[in-house]
Amino acid sequence: MASKPRNERRQFLQQAGLGAALTGIASTFSTPIWAKTVPQELADALPESMRQSGAEFSNYGQPSVHEQQVIRWISANSAASGNGVSWTPLHDLQGTITPNGLHYERHHNGVPAIDPAQHQLLIDGLVNQPLSFDIKSLLRYPMQSRTCFIECGGNSNSGWRTNPIQTQAGYAHGLVSNAEWTGIPVKLLLQEAGIKPEAKWVLAEGADGASLNISIPLEKLMDDALLALYQNGERLRPENGYPLRLVLPGWEGILNVKWLRQLRLTDQPLMSRDETAQYTELQTDGKARQFTFLMEAKSLITSPSLGMMLPDNPATYQITGLAWSGRGKITRVEISADGGETWLDAELQGPVLAKAFTRFNLPWHWQGKYAILQSRATDETGYVQPTRETLLDNRGKHGFFHYNAIVSWEITEEGDINHVYGF
Amino acid sequence: MSMVSKLLFLIISLSVYSSSYAEPDYQPLGKPAAELSESPQWNLSISTDGQGLPVGQGIASQGAKIFAIQCAGCHGPAGIGASAEPLMGEVGSLASEYPEKTVNSYWPYASTLFDYIRRAMPIDAPFSLTADEVYALCAYILNSDGIISADFELNEQTLPQVTMPNRDGFTAIYPDNHSLLRTHE
Repeated sequence: MASKPRNERRQFLQQAGLGAALTGIASTFSTPIWAKTVPQELADALPESMRQSGAEFSNYGQPSVHEQQVIRWISANSAASGNGVSWTPLHDLQGTITPNGLHYERHHNGVPAIDPAQHQLLIDGLVNQPLSFDIKSLLRYPMQSRTCFIECGGNSNSGWRTNPIQTQAGYAHGLVSNAEWTGIPVKLLLQEAGIKPEAKWVLAEGADGASLNISIPLEKLMDDALLALYQNGERLRPENGYPLRLVLPGWEGILNVKWLRQLRLTDQPLMSRDETAQYTELQTDGKARQFTFLMEAKSLITSPSLGMMLPDNPATYQITGLAWSGRGKITRVEISADGGETWLDAELQGPVLAKAFTRFNLPWHWQGKYAILQSRATDETGYVQPTRETLLDNRGKHGFFHYNAIVSWEITEEGDINHVYGF
Repeated sequence: MSMVSKLLFLIISLSVYSSSYAEPDYQPLGKPAAELSESPQWNLSISTDGQGLPVGQGIASQGAKIFAIQCAGCHGPAGIGASAEPLMGEVGSLASEYPEKTVNSYWPYASTLFDYIRRAMPIDAPFSLTADEVYALCAYILNSDGIISADFELNEQTLPQVTMPNRDGFTAIYPDNHSLLRTHE
């Protein structure tokens, strides 16, 4: 393969009218600087992009037209199109940052159109002085950036089903995305209002068509919560809360209230719909787990994964995927190719950040035999991602939320990939 | 700029930098909002003991009529088995092989029902129902499983007194954050 350009160059030199005597010199000065005219053969051999001017500048860049299949997959209520989710195509992405146009969505009644000049944030309840803030004022506060994942409590919920769903990795597990959020530490604004000692919870409310309201422990808002105005360097996308949202690193997506309009400090949780009827996990005994805020450690092989195939064997493939934990940093990701019998440590791509996506990689020499690929994450608290069997033993099968079990990809001898439940 | 003012400028700049390491240095820009905080549009949430409930009343038979017009399209005529969340029936099913989480079988507080209907329903026109209509709808849903009687008037006094069947069905995981599940090799 490497000889072809050389041959072409030799041909080119001869056709350019340079005598055989000069080819010796030409090999020293390898660029055909003496060519007076460009022969048609050269032009024809070059890609079209090199023989014409390119497209004009753009005010806001878009992905290549060849990447139009890389999209969020929308799953919404047929009778209420603004109520549903869209999934991040994790299987099509690399690195750790989710592009803003591909960040997952969960809306309870569509994306509101909010004029930032009209938007207000009210902080009231158990405070010394209720305060309101407009967006212009908020933009003058000191800001911090935090790269973290946000994961819907209902992500991967198809895992509770009796039969493994045959859906691409992102379209079954992509209600999680990872971005750099920039905003004001919520603590600053709460302190400005003056927190009364009896305050324990904060009721957050959004300005969307669901007026979504949910109770958050004050402790979390005083810890690492951000009032985010920016997402990956630009102002929030409408579908991610423009002009203002909460970001609670490591905690369930529903608590990261978008289009935030109010924070009311209270002494107890409200018991709103989304902290009772939803985002609670029914157990086998009929009781439900409530206030399950932390998103536990999880990992997923994004390639190879369902929808791809392994074209040749024996061959080497790069296993890659994502791991994350709401408790802190990922310390280890292990890979198994035999359904969990034996494990090998994957390389963690740095920097490994707490409560953020960690990319893992491991080359795999496939011998062309039946295999089951799995990844298993461990976080800095020692929590190990459970098998599906362990998860179901502990939580029953009706929990719906907080499914974080090991995902298994079956590789057939033909190189096809299926989703199977673990062994 | 004179030498003296240059020097002064330098000293001031440095003092700003040195203080910024300890505590964030910023101008508080919140506007006093006690009055705003009292106004109805900033008091949408209803607590379990009924704080925030507007004055009004309704009974199940009134709710049935509103339900047929406003709700049945998505929730189904029986409030279950359609495109929207199930609302009625299945009380006592939670520990069974096929549990169904309806308002009446699962929701621990009646206050939540008022809070949610008013702010979010009907989904194409939130805040379009009157307080009386919301009370009536709540009464209709609750009465369908005998949680309240047919002639029970729901209002701002009586609604928080309703005890839901699954009132004690929840276990708070926060603040302990104890996972039931810790696996180690």
